[in-house]
Amino acid sequence: MIPELGHFALIIAFAIALVQSTLPFLGAARKIPGLVAIARPAAQGQFMFVGMAFVCLAWSFYSNDFSVLNVASNSNSSLPTAYRIAATWGSHEGSLLLWVLMLSVWMLAVSVFSRSLPDDMVARILGVMGLIAVGFISFMLFTSNPFERLLPAAVDGRDLNPLLQDPGMVFHPPMLYMGYVGFSVAFSFAIAALIDGRLDATWARWSRPWTTAAWLFLTLGIALGSFWAYYELGWGGWWFWDPVENASFMPWLIGTALIHSLAVTEKRGAFKSWTVLLAIVAFSLSLLGTFLVRSGVLTSVHAFATDPKRGIFILCFLALVIGGSLSLYAVRARKVSPGGSFELLSRESMLLANSVLMIVACAAVLLGTLYPLFLDALGLGKISVGPPYFEAVFAPLMAPAILLAGIGPLVSWRKGDSAQLLRRLRWTAIIVLIAALFTPLLFGRWALLTSAGLLLAFWIIGGALTALTVKIKSNAKITSAFAGMLLAHAGIGVFVIGVTLVKSYEAERDVRLEPGQSATLGGYSFRFEGVSEVAGPNYTAARAGITVLRDGATIALLAPEKRVYHVQRSAMSEAAINSGITRDLYVSLGESVGDNAWTVRIHVKPFVDWIWGGCLLMALGGLLAASDRRYRAGARRPEAASVQEETIVRSSTA
Amino acid sequence: MRILFLLLCCVAALGNASDIPTETRIRSLEEKLRCLVCQNQTLADSNAELAQDLRLKVREQVAAGRSDDEILDYLVQRYGDFVLYEPPFKARTALLWIGPFALLAAAAAVLIGILRRRRTAPEALALTPEDKRLVERVLGPGRDTP
Amino acid sequence: MMRFLLPLGILVLLVGFLAAGLTLNPREVPSPLIGKPAPAFDLPILHQPDKRFVLGDMHGKVWMLNVWASWCVSCRDEHPVLVELSKRGVMPILGLNYKDKGEEATAWLKQFGDPYSLSVVDADGRIGIDYGVYGVPETYLIDADGVIRYKQIGPLTRAILEEKVLPLARTLAK
Repeated sequence: MIPELGHFALIIAFAIALVQSTLPFLGAARKIPGLVAIARPAAQGQFMFVGMAFVCLAWSFYSNDFSVLNVASNSNSSLPTAYRIAATWGSHEGSLLLWVLMLSVWMLAVSVFSRSLPDDMVARILGVMGLIAVGFISFMLFTSNPFERLLPAAVDGRDLNPLLQDPGMVFHPPMLYMGYVGFSVAFSFAIAALIDGRLDATWARWSRPWTTAAWLFLTLGIALGSFWAYYELGWGGWWFWDPVENASFMPWLIGTALIHSLAVTEKRGAFKSWTVLLAIVAFSLSLLGTFLVRSGVLTSVHAFATDPKRGIFILCFLALVIGGSLSLYAVRARKVSPGGSFELLSRESMLLANSVLMIVACAAVLLGTLYPLFLDALGLGKISVGPPYFEAVFAPLMAPAILLAGIGPLVSWRKGDSAQLLRRLRWTAIIVLIAALFTPLLFGRWALLTSAGLLLAFWIIGGALTALTVKIKSNAKITSAFAGMLLAHAGIGVFVIGVTLVKSYEAERDVRLEPGQSATLGGYSFRFEGVSEVAGPNYTAARAGITVLRDGATIALLAPEKRVYHVQRSAMSEAAINSGITRDLYVSLGESVGDNAWTVRIHVKPFVDWIWGGCLLMALGGLLAASDRRYRAGARRPEAASVQEETIVRSSTA
Repeated sequence: MRILFLLLCCVAALGNASDIPTETRIRSLEEKLRCLVCQNQTLADSNAELAQDLRLKVREQVAAGRSDDEILDYLVQRYGDFVLYEPPFKARTALLWIGPFALLAAAAAVLIGILRRRRTAPEALALTPEDKRLVERVLGPGRDTP
Repeated sequence: MMRFLLPLGILVLLVGFLAAGLTLNPREVPSPLIGKPAPAFDLPILHQPDKRFVLGDMHGKVWMLNVWASWCVSCRDEHPVLVELSKRGVMPILGLNYKDKGEEATAWLKQFGDPYSLSVVDADGRIGIDYGVYGVPETYLIDADGVIRYKQIGPLTRAILEEKVLPLARTLAK
């Protein structure tokens, strides 16, 4: 009964989406307030019914209803409760429902937090989002129904992939989808602006907090995925440049360009058509990601089971949505006024450079990800493009962006003062250079690349601190937006420190140990105490005891496991990690090699947690920036006059 | 089969000796190679049987004194370029390797061109009706307003 | 005007490639050995373990090498096709018994039929590696000079046999 209810709710949501994507547009075009007014309740109604469908599916999982095909394929009665519920989005169909749920959440948010926007604009924004919903819900209803029944019902399910039986599964997909889908808001804002021609600083001011919010969710989602892979997969890696990982990273890169470009459009009314294009591209990459993950054109551990019918559907939808928006862009963007002028050295030019660098970086990732497909389609054989390529190409592309980010916040709008800039950054540059040159020596080994990486990181942090100092000295008010920007930039610096140090100084050893034997690595001693058998809720494990000593003192007891899950009979290594601010000690259990001896892999990873710490700082920075008072203040004051005042006042004191 | 087991034991024993450079070298080779039967994993990280066989092959080749290039080439001869995670630089991968940097150079050139244009041609913006109202509020009515 | 159409142009190109991608199989690894001499082997024969067979013994004939194993499920799908082919006497089919156990292999052939002139045993898969075998079943068409002319990855079907393999074999036999 419940699955049918869920299915029915989805059909109603589809109907509402159809209404939401047509009538308000008509109302906005023909100026019929009655039709325009449909938008908000429609969005809220969609949220209700998609929410209901989601709850029905989640309930089916929670209550072990194995007459639902999806539940039988992805769950099991012995699965712990949290993972039974998380299994709701552990399949292609279920994760699509999660995607649409996130879309309806954003729709709800737009319908509620948009009182200061003109109604016809909201109508168009929600109309575009409704159109996207039509696409995804129909995709589900016609090709990927999560409520499909399995009759006769299975006795028990095939269980969730053991790799997914982890807290990461509870948080990573929802967070990631909030980000992915969140860019649909910026996209919808852009389309609405192209349609009604109201592409100005006000539009940018409205767009900004939504875009920043989506960006910060995506940052968190990607960071969570990376962290999860690190502690779960057992090989100590945290990024593989896998097609699915790249599919999430590309929107992030363009999203970063977008939030910077929006800043210029808001403050100076410039880059308008560029910002709109970026908003379209960011969401287009989200859609492209959806295609890549579910169509089977690329091989990935993250890819869902595929069906050519599904691939065709998504590709057509993709072509329609992106083709439509880019056509609209081609027609309307020409008529957009170009905005103010600015010097070669100016905040605008710095931010434009950022856009350009992010786009080139994104294009490089796209090229690497799709190149095997290009060659194969042209009959030129099969190649693989993996981490060696991406690492060689990406770092050099990012370096200039990070360098400029150190300077950017200090450059004035319209016309930068180069003498003043040199004066302000002189000491920062000297300190940063010395620190970058000497820090590697603290780790015992100097290498050029290590110093270079640290130079970039210290530089962006140094630049942020310098900008803060200047602001404090000038007694200017430190807004949320400004603090957010500094924090996010500092986060990048922290991230780069983590990456540089871990890549330069990580150590790894594969050893064969008998009980009582020790192995040393990085100044730590790892004593193997033996292996005992342990029963988990739905698995049996061989659990090793490892005592970690440094200078004779015990600092940690690690218990890596080798689990065999009962249902899928697959073996899985569960690493044990001792985390610290300056290093992670990472141990994973290998194979039993007779005489109570086991192979063990030991890693010492310096500063690896700074990678995710940096991402957290970036996300916090985004949160601060998005919650700046001026975005909320606009809700109370009549927006037209106040925004123009702000714009004039701001540009004269910058 | 027995030979395999014995070899594994030797390998395991070797692992305990301070043969770190060889182990590191083997591992880095295994990380450059792709597991042919997996969903995008390196030879180092895969549990598949073929991956185990190929890892053993790599180990044997290292023991036989072959160079890294020779070992990689050995596998490419049998499985093609697909087995390498770092695409070799050939005519058909030239675009892949040069593309990003060519794009960067082109983008930089376009950027500088745009920046120069923006500097020398200040745009005269037409005032929108809201702008006009604001100006009047601040400066008082102009001569051409009724 | 042009620069506003550029993004659309890029999209069209991209969608074209992605559509083509939907018809391809990213997991199929084509063999670099096509047109190259078949790697030499000297292996024991399945039914006569004390006797050995070398690649050179097939010189002068156009023949088929089929990689199979008793544990391989899809081999059962293609086996009737091979049995049929062997009855037609078009060309000799040699079996490469890959990473299998002698008793299970012989039993399997007894159960499903034996299309092979003979099967050689590649117990540890080393010869398989030389031939670039990564999945079972795989089939090679080798000409009279011992050069590999065609590789079939996955089960051989009647359609592929009639459309690709047999015409090629006929051309090579001339």
